[in-house]
Amino acid sequence: MADNQSTPVISADGLIKQFGRFAALRGVSAEFSASKLYVVLGDNGAGKTTLLRIIAGLAHPTRGTVSVLGSKEIKDVRAQIGYMAHPSLLYDEMTGMENLRYFAELYEIPAGGVEQRCRDAITSVKLDPDLDRPVGQYSQGMRQRMSLARALLNDPKLLLLDEPFSNVDARSAAEMAALVAQARDRGKSVFVVTHQPAQLEGYADEFIWMEAGRIVNRTTSLQVAAR
Amino acid sequence: MSFLAIARATLAKDVRLEWRSKDAINAMLFFSLLVVVIFSFAFDPTAEESRRIAGGLVWVAFLFAAIVALNQTWARELRNQVLDAYRVSPAPATPLFIAKALGNFLFVGVLEVLMTPLFVMFYKLRPLGLGWELVPVALLGTWALVVNGTFFAAMSLRTRAREIMLPLLLFPLSIPALLGMVNATTAILTGEESPAFWIALLVAYDVVFTTACLLLFETVLEAE
Repeated sequence: MADNQSTPVISADGLIKQFGRFAALRGVSAEFSASKLYVVLGDNGAGKTTLLRIIAGLAHPTRGTVSVLGSKEIKDVRAQIGYMAHPSLLYDEMTGMENLRYFAELYEIPAGGVEQRCRDAITSVKLDPDLDRPVGQYSQGMRQRMSLARALLNDPKLLLLDEPFSNVDARSAAEMAALVAQARDRGKSVFVVTHQPAQLEGYADEFIWMEAGRIVNRTTSLQVAAR
Repeated sequence: MSFLAIARATLAKDVRLEWRSKDAINAMLFFSLLVVVIFSFAFDPTAEESRRIAGGLVWVAFLFAAIVALNQTWARELRNQVLDAYRVSPAPATPLFIAKALGNFLFVGVLEVLMTPLFVMFYKLRPLGLGWELVPVALLGTWALVVNGTFFAAMSLRTRAREIMLPLLLFPLSIPALLGMVNATTAILTGEESPAFWIALLVAYDVVFTTACLLLFETVLEAE
């Protein structure tokens, strides 16, 4: 387990991912430290989401290895990972609380603490836990926040976020960026894939620039990375 | 890992979603109703003929109708990619499969309870054998349909033509079970022979395929 900052929270070694003849990742080797906020940038098809899905254990590399929170078996550390994808990963027909109560069962949150944990997760993203409306009727911004609440529900050590600011207005995006930074400030390692890196400028510890399935640059400033 | 708690929560969630949308149950009921009405117009069997054909008719109607529920089960997990939320969680695969199969069993069971009186009425059915023996046949037969159906619906989840793929995969494999259900039902309705052999076949089928599905489901769930 990555229980101190010297152990990399994610360690990728020669990751290659092929989809038929298309190589989404072409040898990604990198290490990422604990309690930092990383922002992954790149054009469409650069391999950002594929890298994130491999780290989350949702995709398997064709070649190479990845170690997450000190384990090469991602299954073993799933309880410590929070994952937010581009789609909401929520049931549209259920309310926010109903969704989170169900996911709380999957993370074996003790029955006595489920209600409070769900309410805390929802209020932490500035939504009302008593909102008696199915998620399908939420605005896009609210849905994104509820999706972030779901990712935070298990109090993960590693938070993986894929396009958290897409289709949300500027104000909501700024609020979400602040929430993401707060998660890092509370000691979580955060890995954000986004096309809107400017939202995290001033918060991010490092920008990771990907191109054609490779990491081509790592900088502490967005301007330098863009160059 | 609390296997039962996860299975129970997943089943409760599926029942709640179905209760709110009624997608599967409405489509199944409508389809079965059509089969009953159209066949009753197409044929005008005597009571004796009814006893001989009803087993096949009822089970084929339920099999086709069940396809709707089976496809719907996983379709709702694909919307917003919610299945990925399960896959990234530490929850094991088996409770998900058990809950889905039990949910389908429940939905198809509700359909059978609602449709059976209509079949009896339209086809003037009165069993000459022991009527209560229809209960284990219904339970075992329904489980045979839904356990494989749930598994193959999950397998065809990522294929483009999944609604076509499911019957293509499921029907050939269901032939032994269908034989058991139809022959057991006919034996009970006509009272001419004991359904014991066919019921034993259904038990064996259920045990073998439930075990195989449970063993293989994690591989299906983890596949990209």
